[in-house]
Amino acid sequence: MANKLINQLGLPKSIANIFAARNIITAKAALSLTEFELMELLDVGMTEVTFAMAHISEVVCPPCQTALLLMEQRVRNESLAGHLPTRLKGLDEALCGGIPFGVLTELVGPPGIGKTQFCLKLSLLASLPVNCGGLEGRVIYIDVESKFSSKRLIEIGTKSFPEIFHKKGMAQEMAGRIMILRPTSLSEFAESLHRIKVSLLQQQVKLLIIDSMAALVLGEHDSGASRQQALGWHVSFIKSLAEFSRIPIVLTNQVRSQIGDESLMYSFQARSHSTKEDTPVTFDSHLVAALGINWAHAVTIRLVLESKSGQRFIKLAKSPISPPLAFPFNITASGIVLLDDNGIEMKGPEINNIHCQGLSLRFLVIRSVECILSEHKNFFGKIKP
Amino acid sequence: MEIGMLPISASKRGKLLAAGYTTLHSIATTSITHLATDIEVSESEALEILNFATRNSALERSSGSNTNVIQVGGQTAWDMLNEERFSSSITTSCADLDNILGGGINCKEVTEIGGVPGIGKTQIGIQLAVNVQIPLDYGGLGGKAIYIDTEGSFMVERVLQIAEACIEDMSEYSHHFHKDNQAYGVKMHPNSILENIFYFRVCSYTEQIALVNYLDKFVTEHKDVKIIIIDSVTFHFRQDFEDMALRTRLLGEMSLKLMKLAKNFSLAVVMLNQVTTKHVEGSFQLTLALGDSWSHSCTNRIILYWNGDERHAYIDKSPSLKSASAPYSVTSRGIRNSTSSSKRIKMV
Repeated sequence: MANKLINQLGLPKSIANIFAARNIITAKAALSLTEFELMELLDVGMTEVTFAMAHISEVVCPPCQTALLLMEQRVRNESLAGHLPTRLKGLDEALCGGIPFGVLTELVGPPGIGKTQFCLKLSLLASLPVNCGGLEGRVIYIDVESKFSSKRLIEIGTKSFPEIFHKKGMAQEMAGRIMILRPTSLSEFAESLHRIKVSLLQQQVKLLIIDSMAALVLGEHDSGASRQQALGWHVSFIKSLAEFSRIPIVLTNQVRSQIGDESLMYSFQARSHSTKEDTPVTFDSHLVAALGINWAHAVTIRLVLESKSGQRFIKLAKSPISPPLAFPFNITASGIVLLDDNGIEMKGPEINNIHCQGLSLRFLVIRSVECILSEHKNFFGKIKP
Repeated sequence: MEIGMLPISASKRGKLLAAGYTTLHSIATTSITHLATDIEVSESEALEILNFATRNSALERSSGSNTNVIQVGGQTAWDMLNEERFSSSITTSCADLDNILGGGINCKEVTEIGGVPGIGKTQIGIQLAVNVQIPLDYGGLGGKAIYIDTEGSFMVERVLQIAEACIEDMSEYSHHFHKDNQAYGVKMHPNSILENIFYFRVCSYTEQIALVNYLDKFVTEHKDVKIIIIDSVTFHFRQDFEDMALRTRLLGEMSLKLMKLAKNFSLAVVMLNQVTTKHVEGSFQLTLALGDSWSHSCTNRIILYWNGDERHAYIDKSPSLKSASAPYSVTSRGIRNSTSSSKRIKMV
């Protein structure tokens, strides 16, 4: 929209020529200058600039809809008004039907907790025929750390949907709908995104999974600023992809440890805090989601997977449509299974905390080593999990 | 240079100076034909310049006389006080929050609300978009809302939930206060609430700027819009900019336009902002995004934060409200009072 050429916008010839003479060809270039700057640059009066900018703005500006129209469109055109059911009853209810279309859903948790298992199940669910509750579409699975296991996918399929998978050729058809891409760098990933955009247009792809976003970004840049810039661009692009194609996009994120107990405060909080007694500074490390606060703002739904006292939980840490609930779960042969469909409501910022207590140490070590080895594939050659 | 104040093109200004017109007075006292021949422009252009010059010099001459101030578009403080008495505000559905805000989010003002992810900014935005539609009979404004979504966090299911809860609350209210009058039932339907929210999805900063420019025309055509919510004003300006100075100028121009909209059409503008970390006095602190110059752009600034297990709102900046913080909660019905029984409003 913003890349429209000024001479195609229907402005009077005289002013359109002046824009062209000063090398302002696209609407974006015109809108990236303040009106005062334009007045100076184009050498015309304020009234002409205001008139021209009003005209350009009207053309570039996005169309107006009403919330009612949005809802009717979703109900009419999309399955379950725009949600992909996860078959986890409690979670689906909390999410008003399932993973929503058109927004980013993030899965964050320590290694080995079950993020990839969740993604495998979701890709299966999206490829199922519509009469079985799926989206009957293709899935693009971006597998950065080479964690995708087709054997495990078929196992989940046969255990969860035996009636479908035992039919001849169905397993092949389902698995055939899932396309796995393995970009090795952020730029390769960006290129594949551009290609994906084209196939999304043809309405074939119904789900995009990126496992994991953190591995893609953290491997590349050292300093904070350039990493944030690169991440920022990719986030915008993925969000606009989700929005314009109305498909669910699921991303996984890693955790990193943070030393000390100080949570960040605002300046007005710091003022009132300093008058109280100093609490002893602790040096326990705890886990936080990787990729920073900018990323945390950008995702629409954040599902935190953690392990507390040996029991795994999946928590709705950020969601505009759900209360802050935590559901205990286990991983079985048929994927993730909730132990209790009525979640536990969590108060306060506790829901954002990520615990990793009680996961079997041996299991954790194996998973962590796998993560490290997959990053250094070149060194160690082919890895067998 | 006085000539620099005239909103004319740079070359015309240059010609005026070259022909010897250095003050507005000198332009104002000359005739159109003289001006036209001196600076070699057409008579209509000379008339335009003359009009600008006389308007500006009238401003200079009459400083001190009240009646002339009104002629040139100013207002006395007494008139403004009377206006403010009748200016309206939009309730947030949380009585504590409304109290520290002096009744609610004020019309004719630009309010910025910022906080960490998940604190409830979008929830407040949606609640306000629904509450602006509360009919006059129930103490509301009976207006419509414009919701500008830059992040894609506007979920229609949630709007429906909040709209239904609002209608239920209204019918309960009318039930209590108009028990005798059966005909006072609420006639609103959640779908009509959804219909009165104009939704724009903005995908880049150029679209955002274009939209703010276009809003003048849009609100002129839809005079019953009483609130504009931008969720969030930050997102696109954080990703693409290498030239920070340009970003500051563009943001400044955008906020000026929004303030003009608020004043001219008597509506409320609510901007939702994200947070970032700032290194201050040896430690990292949270602060609202977009920089220090942006913090001057809004009339009121509210920061949402976690205080223990409760959500609080703190008035960080306001020309007329006292710095205070109030607890609120996000429920399935929308923003409501916090349920804890501890002391309510904390004066800071």
